[in-house]
Amino acid sequence: MREVNPLMRARIEAIYRSESRRVLATLIRLLGDFDRAEEALSDALVAALEQWPQEGIPDNPRAWLVSAGRFKGIDTIRRRARFDKSLRALAHELDDDAELTDELADLDDDQVQDDQLRLIFTCCHPALAEDARVALTLREVCGLTTEAIASAFLTAVPTMAQRIVRAKAKIRDAGIPYQVPAPHELPERLDTVLRVVYLVFNEGYFASSGDTLTRADLSAEAIRLGRLLVELLPQGETFGLLALMLLTEARRAARTNGEGEPVLLEDQDRSLWDRELVNEGLSLLQQALDTRHIGAYTLQAAIAAEHAKAADPAETDWGRIVGLYDVLASAAPSPVVELNRAVAVAMRDGPAAGLELVDAILARGELERYHLAYAARADLCRRLGRNDEAREAYQRALALTTQEPERRFLERRLQELRVST
Amino acid sequence: MKYVCLVYGEEGPMRDLPDSDCAAYAGSLQASGHLLVGQALQPVETATTVRVRNGKTTVVDGPFAETKEQLAGFYLIDAADLDEAIRIASGIPPARIGSIEVRPARELDV
Repeated sequence: MREVNPLMRARIEAIYRSESRRVLATLIRLLGDFDRAEEALSDALVAALEQWPQEGIPDNPRAWLVSAGRFKGIDTIRRRARFDKSLRALAHELDDDAELTDELADLDDDQVQDDQLRLIFTCCHPALAEDARVALTLREVCGLTTEAIASAFLTAVPTMAQRIVRAKAKIRDAGIPYQVPAPHELPERLDTVLRVVYLVFNEGYFASSGDTLTRADLSAEAIRLGRLLVELLPQGETFGLLALMLLTEARRAARTNGEGEPVLLEDQDRSLWDRELVNEGLSLLQQALDTRHIGAYTLQAAIAAEHAKAADPAETDWGRIVGLYDVLASAAPSPVVELNRAVAVAMRDGPAAGLELVDAILARGELERYHLAYAARADLCRRLGRNDEAREAYQRALALTTQEPERRFLERRLQELRVST
Repeated sequence: MKYVCLVYGEEGPMRDLPDSDCAAYAGSLQASGHLLVGQALQPVETATTVRVRNGKTTVVDGPFAETKEQLAGFYLIDAADLDEAIRIASGIPPARIGSIEVRPARELDV
């Protein structure tokens, strides 16, 4: 390869970075396989680095990359078909639609968006295991390296690589189609996609284990995915999920102290909340509510918005928050939602009313292993002056938490209780 | 693509499912060209497991694996992709009480 002027190289790489995921999505459709498309994509980059410095950057770099990638991909299939007879029929088929090359020049935006949606729905197909959906989405849709995904999920690189390879093999061998679901299947399938995005966000925001409380990169990827979905499928819950993520992300700077320990919502310095994210979140929430298709993400965003709107914790409209939890509990029943509702009831009607609800939830046994249920019980007992019970609940919460900063927070609470009695 | 839909369920509840429901569904799949072959099975008590080791055949009573859900029948279908196979599998009457395992068929590598 010729020496490329560093400025030109930087420009080409910037174009590649912004276009590569879209180009990949189209190449998978044209070449019918993830691995072939990835190989073709990197061949297209090599071709761009060779040709653009001589010929200038094309008017439509995306179409150029798709066309070069497709050409390289077909070339590879043809070469391999000489040794592998299973590829012969495919090589033939791809030759037959060679005139397609001309159509690629005017690859329109709708087509590109459709391909991106195909890629997202395929990576989040319910026939794949949930951890595989998350890994594949981060790898293929976001373009994260396998190493970065492994480190974000505290998994060994070979394990993560194998998870991705297996998922791609299942897509190929089980015949998972590269298509956007039919309209009647869309709501259910969109749920799976939104769940993957929210899982990525939460892993970045409330890392489930490890010694750092937040892993901001994953949250940033999830927000990027959320924005892409809003652009591709502007529907109630896609607006709702993005609003929820932005309103939560806005509190990032305030939610941990200098030592990385969590700071409770009521103790957070609200001047640290990112107003720009809050405002964008509130306006997205309005868009979600305007669609009149209100789901669980929109309701959670509406609850987050109530906190965002209160300049001071004392101004929080707990009555409204309890009402929103009531609707959420009937739309998407879960013991965690009930627990959050109980905490909101405690804020509205006092700790005794909240404790009664928390104890009823714990008595059912569903949250027996959930440290926040005991942390909530401990806090309510403390506020009622029932210090022995509070201590016992903090200790149970401590025994169940896997997060180092959370553990330090609980230990400090326990310490404060010892001092006060 | 060809897929096999393996029908599993507990034999008690499966017995209460009218044969006419299954026959009607199989008939509709045949009419649409999706069904290649389908077969319901006798209860698991009639199963015999055969193994050959070092040229010696052993025969034992019962199925290979002791599980609560038993194989009750299978369909070999032709579907465009997994989504269509899932749609077809979700219409098989025992899907409502048991479960259907959808597996792509493999062509022998010869």
